[in-house]
Amino acid sequence: MNAIYDFSILTGGIHERLSGLMSPTAVMITEMVIIGTLLIVFVALMGLVLVLAERKVAAFFQLRLGPNRVGPWGSLQTLADFLKLLTKELITTKSADKFLYNLAPFIVMLTPFLALGVIPFAPGLQIMDMNIGVFFITAVSSMGVLGILIGGWASNNKYSLIGGMRSAAMVVSYELSVTLAIMTMVIMTESLSLSEIIASQSDGWWIIKGHIPALIAFLLYLTASTAETNRGPFDLAEAESELTAGFHTEYGGIKFAFFFLSEFVNMLVVASIATILFFGGWMPFHLPFEWAVGFNHIMDFIPGIVWGFGKVTFVIFLMMWFRWTFPRLRIDQILNLEWKYLLPMNLVNFLLMALIALSGFYL
Amino acid sequence: MSTIIAYFKGIGQGLNTLWTGMKVTGYYFFHARKEIITMQYPDNRDTLKIPERFRGRVVMLHDQNNEHACNGCTMCEMACPNGSIKIITDKILNPETGKAVRIIDKHIYHFSMCTLCNLCVQACPSNALAMDNSYENSVYDRSELTFVLNQPGSKIRDNVKD
Ligand code: SF4
Ligand code: SF4
Repeated sequence: MNAIYDFSILTGGIHERLSGLMSPTAVMITEMVIIGTLLIVFVALMGLVLVLAERKVAAFFQLRLGPNRVGPWGSLQTLADFLKLLTKELITTKSADKFLYNLAPFIVMLTPFLALGVIPFAPGLQIMDMNIGVFFITAVSSMGVLGILIGGWASNNKYSLIGGMRSAAMVVSYELSVTLAIMTMVIMTESLSLSEIIASQSDGWWIIKGHIPALIAFLLYLTASTAETNRGPFDLAEAESELTAGFHTEYGGIKFAFFFLSEFVNMLVVASIATILFFGGWMPFHLPFEWAVGFNHIMDFIPGIVWGFGKVTFVIFLMMWFRWTFPRLRIDQILNLEWKYLLPMNLVNFLLMALIALSGFYL
Repeated sequence: MSTIIAYFKGIGQGLNTLWTGMKVTGYYFFHARKEIITMQYPDNRDTLKIPERFRGRVVMLHDQNNEHACNGCTMCEMACPNGSIKIITDKILNPETGKAVRIIDKHIYHFSMCTLCNLCVQACPSNALAMDNSYENSVYDRSELTFVLNQPGSKIRDNVKD
């Protein structure tokens, strides 16, 4: 890896500058404020970009043009929408449980923020390198459904309640598959730290090195995580045609924007984890052979941040492709899919991976 | 045993159909540039092509001699589900036979009530009616939406049967 692309030089430099200026406690507080602000800006920007991308991609899948009036190719459309949402009046419905109703959007929004905290996007570009990063993310991402459930319950509206309940039933079941698929890969990586997982792929991505079980795990993870983010074809928590807008029917203005944004940032988180586990995160494309040294070296010249975001974009595109191709499933079909297909397959795949890891039959 | 085979067959078929769907949408996505069907209407007004079967509004067909094929049989009036058509007939004497013949006086058409269902066009036994391709049909007053479909001074074509 080329050292010039390492962000830790930049962050380390800033840290030294600040340490020269003030006491360690003040340095810590300042850094926390800076990182928090950057994270909020990053999430807001990614939200705008992803919503626009979703709308454009959806339009092309349906042979439409998509937004094309505000700014060149409609690039400012989501910004305009966002400003509109900001200026709207915040209404709390009369029969809603005020406290929970107002709390729900924040819980929903908290999840992607916490998860983004441990994800490395480029060498050195990681807020916190936990040694149990994978575990932390799996734990935190199950909090999102809490927000949805609270929102659906507190709205005191039948559509919201049904949406929230459906979401709970679905996410609780699919969480198993997501975690098992992740665990399958952890057998290979032998570490729970996200940066070490990436480092273990310096001689080739796991989807290539781990062959068939890794491929199956990737497909299972992709399916289950699409369901976990409540995206189509598993979007029956919102199901416009049946439930108006599902759990966020009663939300408006910026509170609605929180729900909306969290869906997209969750997609980013899920895609980042898929990238890290299967495609080596920011790790350039390397081949695990003797003769490929020159090739590997050329790949190193593309910065890690390009690799990282490129692969995330690819996974997000796959998820959008699913969403705009497949019809929405019914609740019983969704639960059937999880308990009768994904979960058994995951368990078998888990064993298979363990056997392969034991026999050393991987590259 | 057969259930086990059915289980795996189901998985295979499911994946296969999903992939078929993804191929279709994927083709559209990567060929969006030439396949896009959106018309950016006010911008492309000069080059806009309206499809032939587009239903703009009901018209009565007249030939170059200002003759139409309507004999006032009121079939269209009866066919219309919302009563958008009112036929006012007249009687004239046929000079050859000396009998009274029914002719159309006014074929009144209320565009404001019409749902463009095409039933009147299909009901007409002498094919006197048709749909035209007009658009931009909005006006400022409701009264402007009532048309008399037979043109002033027009008369029925000779070869039309009673
Ligand atoms: S198109 Fe339908 S609604 Fe319109 S005048 Fe004819 S029959 Fe009536
Ligand atoms: S338009 Fe056709 S259906 Fe209507 S009165 Fe004339 S001939 Fe009869």
